[in-house]
Amino acid sequence: MNLHNDPTNAKAYTRRAFIQNSAMLASAALTVPAFIQSSAFAMPKAELGLSSIAGVNEDNILVIIQLSGGNDGLNTVVPYRDDAYYRLRPSIGIRPDGLHILSKNGSNGAVDLGLNQAMTGIRELYDEGQCAIIQGVGYPNPNRSHFTSMDIWHTGETTGTGDGWLGRYIDAQCCGYGKGESGTPDGSMNDKVEPPIAIGNEAPLMLTGRNMMPVSFESAELFAWAGKKYNEDIVEEHRKLTDMVNERIEHEKDSNNAFLLRTAMDARISSDTIRRAVSEKPLVNYPNNALAGQLSMIGAMIRAGLKTRVYYASIGSFDTHANQLGGHARLLGQFSDAVRAFQNDLKAQGNDSRVVTMAFSEFGRRVGQNASNGTDHGTAAPMFMFGPKVRGGFHSTHPSLTSLDQGDLKYTCDFRSVYAEILDGWLSTKSEDVLDGKFKHLRVLQG
Amino acid sequence: MGIHTSASGVDDRIETSLLPIDDEEFGYREARHLLWRAGFGGTDEQIRTLASWGPKKAVDFILEYGDIPFENDGPTEFDHDIMRPRSREENMALQRAQRAGDENTLAKFREMRQRAQREDRGQMREIRHWWLTRMIQTPRPLEEKMTLFWHGHFATSYRTIEDSYHMYQQNRMLRGLALGNFRDLLTAIIRDPAMLRYLNNNQNRKDAPNENLAREIMELFSLGEGNYTERDIKEGARALTGYTYRDDAFLFNKNQHDEGSKRVLSAYGNIDGDGFVNAIIQSPHCAPFICAKLYKFFVAEVPTDTKQLEGPQRTVIRALSQTMERSRFEIKPVLKKLFLSKHFYDPSIMGNKIKSPVELVVGAVRSLNTPVRNLTVLSQAIEKMGQSLFLPPSVKGWDGGRAWINTSTLFTRQNTLVYMLTGQMAQTNRLFADRTPYDPRLIVDCMNDPRIEGDPPDELIAGQVMDFVLGRRPYGAADQLLSAAYKVDKPASTNGIRTMLLLTTSMPEYQLC
Repeated sequence: MNLHNDPTNAKAYTRRAFIQNSAMLASAALTVPAFIQSSAFAMPKAELGLSSIAGVNEDNILVIIQLSGGNDGLNTVVPYRDDAYYRLRPSIGIRPDGLHILSKNGSNGAVDLGLNQAMTGIRELYDEGQCAIIQGVGYPNPNRSHFTSMDIWHTGETTGTGDGWLGRYIDAQCCGYGKGESGTPDGSMNDKVEPPIAIGNEAPLMLTGRNMMPVSFESAELFAWAGKKYNEDIVEEHRKLTDMVNERIEHEKDSNNAFLLRTAMDARISSDTIRRAVSEKPLVNYPNNALAGQLSMIGAMIRAGLKTRVYYASIGSFDTHANQLGGHARLLGQFSDAVRAFQNDLKAQGNDSRVVTMAFSEFGRRVGQNASNGTDHGTAAPMFMFGPKVRGGFHSTHPSLTSLDQGDLKYTCDFRSVYAEILDGWLSTKSEDVLDGKFKHLRVLQG
Repeated sequence: MGIHTSASGVDDRIETSLLPIDDEEFGYREARHLLWRAGFGGTDEQIRTLASWGPKKAVDFILEYGDIPFENDGPTEFDHDIMRPRSREENMALQRAQRAGDENTLAKFREMRQRAQREDRGQMREIRHWWLTRMIQTPRPLEEKMTLFWHGHFATSYRTIEDSYHMYQQNRMLRGLALGNFRDLLTAIIRDPAMLRYLNNNQNRKDAPNENLAREIMELFSLGEGNYTERDIKEGARALTGYTYRDDAFLFNKNQHDEGSKRVLSAYGNIDGDGFVNAIIQSPHCAPFICAKLYKFFVAEVPTDTKQLEGPQRTVIRALSQTMERSRFEIKPVLKKLFLSKHFYDPSIMGNKIKSPVELVVGAVRSLNTPVRNLTVLSQAIEKMGQSLFLPPSVKGWDGGRAWINTSTLFTRQNTLVYMLTGQMAQTNRLFADRTPYDPRLIVDCMNDPRIEGDPPDELIAGQVMDFVLGRRPYGAADQLLSAAYKVDKPASTNGIRTMLLLTTSMPEYQLC
């Protein structure tokens, strides 16, 4: 007898006492997304008029856009009147004629800044007062590792450890969890809270709590059983096997098998709901890029009336170490076009004032260019927030290009003050329950 | 003694005896259970063979893996130089450039570093594939299973240490000691460059102690929270001062080591790292903590805080810890006791553990004999399911159990099996569509039974598929399997059985072992 697994040798192959967390997870109320229980789909479409229809979700929605790789803030929002910028970036500094020079419509007065020319859509949003640019966002003792810095942004903790900040928020909403790793449930439960939805192939740490996991899917086709690609007709049996739950858990309601059977049914039903939502043709045309594809799916889910309050999208390749001008501008163009289309979509739906979109990157890049016409990992960078409910214009102050910390910008705004304002002002929760302390609001949101 | 009834209700009747299971109680289900829990599942033939041997021979075969030759066991060489530290000359050049503000040279150094990091991430992927392949091919499944256990126990992440060779070295160290003595593991882990870096002990100096490693050793690796004091952490950290590494090797930096007297747990004196390990091993909390972790990995979900243990699990884990203490912290006698015990084969234990992503994927190849198809695809699938090897989420390792499962990972699990069985990927991506042939008839016993003339009866095929693949026959499932098979071909055909396997592996019950 041999346990060796030799693929070439075909002949060889002829209860209970769970910890409290698990016990809570076992509750059916928590595993069944509320949109399964409600009839959101039967509701009138949002564009028919939202406000007074009973049962239609009027909650605020937060959309996160992650720019992965470390977006070069100085070539995104360009300090074109600062000699130091051109001195430190002799070959990649963007001249004023290659910029959208921004007017003074911002709430904070004069601007000596221009947007990268690829960002026409965001410039329009800026001119409409629907784009807030928060300058110099960072955190103390900046970490230049992509991983660690991303973890710091995701957890909202400068150690980069623990659950995600929005995961903690959702936990606090659904089950009374507190902040940090040692948060404990207070026993309350609210089965109306939906898990956040992430577009992508992983469950982002930012949305992952102790109790609530995000629903994540890369595309509608991945959020369904792929056996149908082998044979379309056997989906019927797959569905029946998934739905025959009661007969199979009668005698073991708390077993792992019962938990799996319930989750499998949730997955089947969320899959149906989400795929039905995203199969609707959007009201506006989206450009043909990956981020736009993600945002159009989010737009579709918002339009379909899902009760989800937090969505997440991302775009990568911002790690521009070499010959960055063209590539970086292309990325910014995709970001800008996608956001513009998304805002148009939300407006056409009549949902625009319910949605705030926040864009961030794990860090900015160094002030001086490197020897390869690129930039290396740096520190502070601008964040963007979009939507009719933001105060358009510039917030915080631009970091100095001459008073540097070993060649890097000194941050002028702690990222957690942005999170705090979103939690307090948009998601109607107490930020100090989720974040480690109280952080001063910048008043980026309309009060 | 034997049957425990908890105060909470009659449902908790569970066998708590660690007495050996009787020969006649050890059949197909039990052998299948042993192969899944102590390894990554097995073929129908392997299950039948172990069942025919009886429990003693079967468990010995699994445990005494050192006797089993493994031709791929030779050293696999990876490049240890990718992340080598800067040489003295380079350091001097760097310092000169910093002083002179020579941006060009500084940029060159940064570029060099970034190039090395890219290359090293590539090597980390290769090492991940190497381990996955090893788990798929090994004739000693328990060796890899235990290595996986220790990887989650002494969790160290590439994210922080950014040196693939150190991760590889640690993996080999853990494998070498996998079924050895726990004291040896602790002794090795405080000398392991990856761990020293991960928990900052390379910064633990006489004049500026860093408590990270000392704290986690007691909290997560050996005793559990509440079983030591803050003072033990402080004094333990002093014992570990000067334990650092140079290049790829442990280095005891005598100048940075605190030679003063320390009091750690019950020990007192000029204690060094080994003295710290001894003090830990002598603590009455060590064996119960390790046994609870082993129980959680091999048997069922239990609280990691041993004080919270109650009922049958408390009884069993206490008995296992006695075995561990009597054998002076040898691991093998503990597992032998467990794998032979009546408790291990209790109906409430068998088939009620959620497979980890690695168990799911490796187990599918090893039991269903599917082609591997593409290691990158499988490795990414495991990652999507939440278990990136060499990248545990924190020093606590993976939570495991129900934390593996959510709506998204459940589809990923189902669809990974679709890929393995058919080569078909969920996404429209021709790059990875794989055409390696796979004949699933070989895995169903009755399809290869010379005594059966013509096609075996439908019910027999469906029944054997479920017994083998699920270890149970869920209510009403046979009808659905056969109904689907008939839509494709007759059940007794390659595609008929493939169809049944597609559906069986998509069932929630398949996530259990």
